[in-house]
Amino acid sequence: MSHELCTATAADLAGRLTARDVSAREVVDAFLERIAEVDGVDVDGPVWQRGDDPDALHAFVAVTAAAAREHADDIDARRAAGRDLGPLAGVPLALKDVLAMRGAPTTCGSRMLADWMSPYDATVTRLVREADLVVLGKTNMDEFAMGSSTEHSAFGATRNPWNLDRVPGGSSGGSAAAVAGRLAPLAIGTDTGGSIRQPAALTGIVGAKPTYGTVSRHGLVAFASSLDQAGPFARTVEDAARLQAIIQQHDPRDATSVPQPVGDLFARLHDGVDGLRIGVIDELRGEGFDPAVAAVYDAALQRLEAMGAELVDVSLPHSRYGLSAYYLIAPSEASSNLARFDGVRYGLRVDAPTAEAMNAATRAAGFGPEVRRRIMIGTHALSSGYYDAYYLQASKVRTLIARDFAAAFADVDVLVSPTSPAVAFGLGEQADDPRTMYRNDIATVPASLAGIPGISVPIGLAAAADAQDPLPVGLQIMAPLLADDVMYRIAWAVEQDLAFDTTPVGARALEVA
Amino acid sequence: MALSPDEVRHVARLARLAIDDAEADALAPMLSGILGDAARVAEVAADDVVPMTHPFDLADITRGDDPVPSLPRDAVLGCAPVVNGQRQVDQDRFMVPRIVAEEG
Repeated sequence: MSHELCTATAADLAGRLTARDVSAREVVDAFLERIAEVDGVDVDGPVWQRGDDPDALHAFVAVTAAAAREHADDIDARRAAGRDLGPLAGVPLALKDVLAMRGAPTTCGSRMLADWMSPYDATVTRLVREADLVVLGKTNMDEFAMGSSTEHSAFGATRNPWNLDRVPGGSSGGSAAAVAGRLAPLAIGTDTGGSIRQPAALTGIVGAKPTYGTVSRHGLVAFASSLDQAGPFARTVEDAARLQAIIQQHDPRDATSVPQPVGDLFARLHDGVDGLRIGVIDELRGEGFDPAVAAVYDAALQRLEAMGAELVDVSLPHSRYGLSAYYLIAPSEASSNLARFDGVRYGLRVDAPTAEAMNAATRAAGFGPEVRRRIMIGTHALSSGYYDAYYLQASKVRTLIARDFAAAFADVDVLVSPTSPAVAFGLGEQADDPRTMYRNDIATVPASLAGIPGISVPIGLAAAADAQDPLPVGLQIMAPLLADDVMYRIAWAVEQDLAFDTTPVGARALEVA
Repeated sequence: MALSPDEVRHVARLARLAIDDAEADALAPMLSGILGDAARVAEVAADDVVPMTHPFDLADITRGDDPVPSLPRDAVLGCAPVVNGQRQVDQDRFMVPRIVAEEG
């Protein structure tokens, strides 16, 4: 096949690069060719503009082909000269377009930043480049990471590689689709209320939200600062752990960066689940979850038990208020963070006779409907007379949710739930119905509010009532603060046992082999 | 819980979002619905609970007092918005419309 390199895992590519069976340039060229073929994007062109090709994936907003080729050539030259290179040197990576990268667009999926080129690198961008991962480009997302379908992008929707008429989830849908569709072996996403875990589940790949504070937010354009966290996408648990290990590092440029180190992600990765206690969250099953998803979830629980884990029923009584608290806290922080887009120093400006009129006209034109809605909800929740009932009360409920988790972890090693209440839904189905869209996050927001790590690992396929072919289901594994290693250990055991094939199949699937 | 179109206009003003009457009318029931879902937090008895703003108890975060170069001035000014083909920069400053009303 023509794109044999594109179906390899990051670990496999790294091995072949180290053995010099293939050059970094050959790898990059193979991926750029694949992107040009299936993504509907001009790899040497500017920021992608809206298109309606129903067969194009549209995972990327901009492809940084020239920089990628140059970086690959440089890696090859250093390898030829016998220099020491990092273990993943030459492996390509896709970067969510919310992370600043010097000399490249950073649009956040918004008209507000459509023409902005970042003058600096985010810490995550710097770390992946220092590890000699080759950035292929910037991936599509819900505008300013607000959404669960990647339809709220000013540059059009990303499609799901398993069914091009369905959403890939969001907000990191471009990164998830790139990895699931073999446009990149690895990708970085960001997760505020589920924006890595949910798209990973909907596209049948692995996605992890590290413990809050362990990956720097410097240069990550802020949505909700107390929740935002960057993390890895990959098609194997081990690849995801390798990428997380590269980006998790204390950063003096982020005041919320946690000084304590995370446990070694690899020391016990292959130790299995025998003897571990796994809490099954009572509130995150049953009502509100698609029966077809529930059946795949129950089967995975049975496998965990067969592998020697002890299943324990756990109640997190306040988690049922997770969505309500999240949809006050996140918009409140967003309304404050997005105040910086005032048309003065960067981004869009719509001219008007006075500064205030310019601010208001710029923000009305630059922000899409979902971002405007959330700014208004947040502004209201923080405004005089409403602050105590909304933002303050939500912050107290957040404490209670975190306490529920802490109490549960006194008795179990990890907690599990389905990642998403349903499989991928159709494009356009929920785009204009925010209250329905928000319910996609029901299983992921509790861990976000508590700050604990969570990973989604694919566990099977389920038929949606309205789909011809079955679609992927994810298992969410949540661990205590800084216990990301335990979460990866269980995810690896599940992956080995179930041997889920990440190759998209179905009548409307993107061809990958 | 419900927001009237007038309240929507007030919030939009606070948020510096230009809005017309048709939009305010359409947003009022939609935002009211979202707030209604969110207001369920009131069902929780939490009077004595300390609000959580951050997963870790970090306080007084500082970094070493080591001077590092800022972004070059030209790189920053080069980000200034463009209006009618003109970058809104003048004599190393960002240009903005008038903030104070013209006198008399």
